Amino acid sequence: MLETPDLRRTAEPRRRSGLRRLTRSTSGVVGLGLTAVVVVVAVVAPWLSPHPPFSSVAPSLEPPSSAHLMGTDALGRDVLSGVLLGARTSLLVAVGVGLLAALIGISVGLLSGYTAGRIDDVMMRATEFVQVLPRFFLAVVVFALFGPGIDRLIVVLGLTSWAVLARVVRSETLSLRQRGFVLAARALGARWPRILLRELLPAVLPSTLTFVGLIMAQAILLEASLGFLGLGDPNAMTWGFLAGQAQRYLRVAWWLSVFPGVAIMIAVLGINQLGDGLTEALGRRSSSRPRA
Amino acid sequence: MSPAYVGWRLLQVVPVVAGIVLVGFVLIHLAPGDPILALAGDAGDAEYYAAMHERFGLDQPLWRQVGTYFGNVARGDLGVSYTHGRPALDVILERVPATLLLAMVALLLSSTVGVAVGVVAAARAHRATDLAISGIALTFHAAPVFWIGQLALLAFALRLGWFPVQGMASAGSQLEGWARVADVARHLTLPALVLASQEIAATARLTRASMIEELRESYTESLRAKGVGPVRLLVRHTLRPALLPVVTLIGGRVGHLLSGAVVVEVVFGWPGLGRLLLTAMQTRNSPILLGIFLLVALCVVLANLLTDLAYRWLDPRITFTRA
Repeated sequence: MLETPDLRRTAEPRRRSGLRRLTRSTSGVVGLGLTAVVVVVAVVAPWLSPHPPFSSVAPSLEPPSSAHLMGTDALGRDVLSGVLLGARTSLLVAVGVGLLAALIGISVGLLSGYTAGRIDDVMMRATEFVQVLPRFFLAVVVFALFGPGIDRLIVVLGLTSWAVLARVVRSETLSLRQRGFVLAARALGARWPRILLRELLPAVLPSTLTFVGLIMAQAILLEASLGFLGLGDPNAMTWGFLAGQAQRYLRVAWWLSVFPGVAIMIAVLGINQLGDGLTEALGRRSSSRPRA
Repeated sequence: MSPAYVGWRLLQVVPVVAGIVLVGFVLIHLAPGDPILALAGDAGDAEYYAAMHERFGLDQPLWRQVGTYFGNVARGDLGVSYTHGRPALDVILERVPATLLLAMVALLLSSTVGVAVGVVAAARAHRATDLAISGIALTFHAAPVFWIGQLALLAFALRLGWFPVQGMASAGSQLEGWARVADVARHLTLPALVLASQEIAATARLTRASMIEELRESYTESLRAKGVGPVRLLVRHTLRPALLPVVTLIGGRVGHLLSGAVVVEVVFGWPGLGRLLLTAMQTRNSPILLGIFLLVALCVVLANLLTDLAYRWLDPRITFTRA
């Protein structure tokens, strides 16, 4: 009976202090705030949006008014509804690409840094190769050959975005692999999967978050650029698609371009800053100079 | 820089380029749909299809198909553009100069302005000037390039009328010599600035961080103690070492620069690869799209090579072992 509350007492303040440390830095506050807005909008968009985004509800090209806060487009569709629902697509792409890239990048980095031999050589060659692949143009080719779609966009961007992560994790792992806690684990008879997952992974994770944030933000920007060129998923409402529609009516309808752009900027800035803030809050290991 | 090093570095490029070409082949190979059906329609009999497969080498083992593909690409044969009826490479190369002009001017702008802005921010670190510069840089970093383009178009071309709205030259003009250069320059200004804005933001952010780090080193302390003035210290002593990571950044962003160029071209009606890419996408013109992909990838590889060499030239102490 005595031990249980003790455990709880030690567990709770740590979690709380993590959030408090996050909100202490500017980037943490800005990132958390903006990302929270985007996530909430993405979740409740269907209930929040005043009109169905794909149907005409008003005269075309109406400037912003109390009835349509962000105006209407050339087909009389409500821009606000489109912008709200666009958050879903952008967030889906960002999370999908972030997870896939983190999975590959961290695995490659850990294995590379820990083995530091022939496997390392091969993996670093692969990393260098992935780094030179032009993601945007590769996505265009894949869309042309396989048809556009969010699923393949996530796969293409995820498979080509992990190089930075692998390098960061590798250099951190290289500097940690001879540290006491790793040697102790090895002396206790721990095998390499356990050392990688239980000892090294928690140690390198904080410094990766800023790069995961960067990768996710870039995924949003890339998705928007493709959507702008008309290469988005035809069944999904996206911010890039909205801005692409705006291009033809720029002379007469500024609102078609301005609001989707602001939405993209909020999401990108938010995720970027949240990554920075998290790395800062969880204690980045700056003792090690990354090796090239 | 020893010739041996340059040669060895050039040799390293070969497997990378081969890998890129292989990616192209794998994508074509995995793409859904039988190319013969697409070419010959579905009215033929089995014998006819077999003959067609044989004619185009599709009955060959996979490794031989790979060999054929590599041979074709090496000879510059990227296939025939579906819509132009001409070799894809010719169609692409016609558009390269316009894109190159835009991207190079933007690169020049971003490297010079970006470094200058970063140095100013570092010199005024954590004061109002720095905060303003860093804030603006962060905003540009987060904004999609087509949106910056649209806003610039709205403000400076449509509202204020300072710049032409679309294209590379005034329509129907028969300008010659310098008048023509001036006309193109006037059309180029806004797209180049827009394309450069994001690169300026990235360059300035890294230059600032790198300079601040350098100013913390002990040698700057000694120089200050010897009476070296702040401007001289920044420009003559800390800039060169601080630029090393910046060079890497600029070289590493060439792919980003080119994808940005393509998007900016669409916003400003610039007659380069972007417009070609757009029409090729609408018609699923894969020889053109694959060709552009291969060309851009080659540019990125070359940019990385030049970055490495520049790095070594900037800091002769660096010796490359097997990375």
